[in-house]
Amino acid sequence: MIKTDVAVIGGGPAGMCAAIEAANAGAKVIVFERSRNLGGQLVKQTHMFFGSQKQYASKRGFDISKILRDQISQNKNITVMTDATVIGMYEDGVLTIEHDNKYKKVLPRATVVATGASEKFLPFNNNDLPGIYGAGAVQTLMNVYGVKPGDQVVMVGAGNIGLIVSYQLMQAGVKVNAVIDAAPRIGGYLVHASKIRRMGVPILTSTTVKTAHGTECVEGVTLVKLDENWKEIPDSEFYLPCDNLCIAVGLSPLTELMWQIGIEMAYVPQLGGYVPKSNKNMQTSRPEVFVAGDASGVEEASSAMVEGRIAGLNAAKFLGYYTTDTDSKLADYFEQADSLRSGPVGEKIRAGLKLAELD
Amino acid sequence: MRIEKHPILTFEKGETVTFTYNGTVYSGFKGEPIASALHANGVRTLGHTHDKHRPRGLYCAIGNCSSCLATVNGKPNVRICVEPLTEGMVVTQQNGRGVLKK
Repeated sequence: MIKTDVAVIGGGPAGMCAAIEAANAGAKVIVFERSRNLGGQLVKQTHMFFGSQKQYASKRGFDISKILRDQISQNKNITVMTDATVIGMYEDGVLTIEHDNKYKKVLPRATVVATGASEKFLPFNNNDLPGIYGAGAVQTLMNVYGVKPGDQVVMVGAGNIGLIVSYQLMQAGVKVNAVIDAAPRIGGYLVHASKIRRMGVPILTSTTVKTAHGTECVEGVTLVKLDENWKEIPDSEFYLPCDNLCIAVGLSPLTELMWQIGIEMAYVPQLGGYVPKSNKNMQTSRPEVFVAGDASGVEEASSAMVEGRIAGLNAAKFLGYYTTDTDSKLADYFEQADSLRSGPVGEKIRAGLKLAELD
Repeated sequence: MRIEKHPILTFEKGETVTFTYNGTVYSGFKGEPIASALHANGVRTLGHTHDKHRPRGLYCAIGNCSSCLATVNGKPNVRICVEPLTEGMVVTQQNGRGVLKK
């Protein structure tokens, strides 16, 4: 049995920040990461981040990942286990992991769940054809491994991910034939939308996928226009060729582990689906289990990092690792989280978080 | 299908290795996922389903969705979107569930 003060499940932006904060407060931390490297999805984010200086604004995601990784490797209180998938969470606090093809047990005194999210899918005919990829997969192929996902792409989803990935596709030399969205309005920031429009890519709203075509791989797609009630308009179908149909229709929190120990959950569409209820300290209905990042509700990497810091500090505090600057740091992080979710852009998230509040 | 020039990124490439996929010899970079090397070689259909024999490719590319399972060096159900490529790997398309050898 491996013992530690704090187990952090997931080494993405939220998990890395949680580990750093808990370790700086004095707790011994192990980070469990299922892939070969820390960084999570930051490693494929080539765009510059928004927010303030504290949230690494105007730095690119993969550079932020490097900064956090360096801080972790220099921190004596943090052990990193990569290729380590947490597969079970038990009511007595034990975690079971698969590491190096072996089954191992871990007994932490507190746990931060920072498992992230998985990509949502869309129902349409032939939606299982090869060449129909999630937007994250497209980013991984082209931004991490330098492989073009296709020669011509139709992007499904005009939220920020769809818009940003469309731009990244063009940077990689791939033609984007259109960005479509079932909603009547573009969901992402207009600054991203105008950038790709200027490059000649049409953004078609009130449009959805009817059928993908192809035998072994996708070769094209039939699209259809929707009316104000999101019903298909008869005879409005049209065809676009593509060898990559990129699906950017949102993410669902990865919450399986929390279900396993009966943590109180809530269905919150604004946050991507079922999320654990938590208080503002990111503490769940199991007091020794904290949550951060997309696993607590899908937002973006900046708020995931702030949530990670809040969860890490509180996990340490829960175990008695309380330093003179714990409270001032927490106050700062709460303020940063509020500011990231302020204004009309954060309205949906704020409404969602209210529904996920732990009484 | 490799990106030759990129305005922001430089790609660290491992040494070139060769591997086989369904008996055909391909080359890729050591350490990149098998599926990435296959994709760069134009191979995007990675298997067929056990019931309706529909073609399967990758979907998430980060080991979440199990759409890319293949047999690697005799071991079935390997997620080749995250499995690192090594010299001489024998990768075969899996049609259906795959069989564990005793």
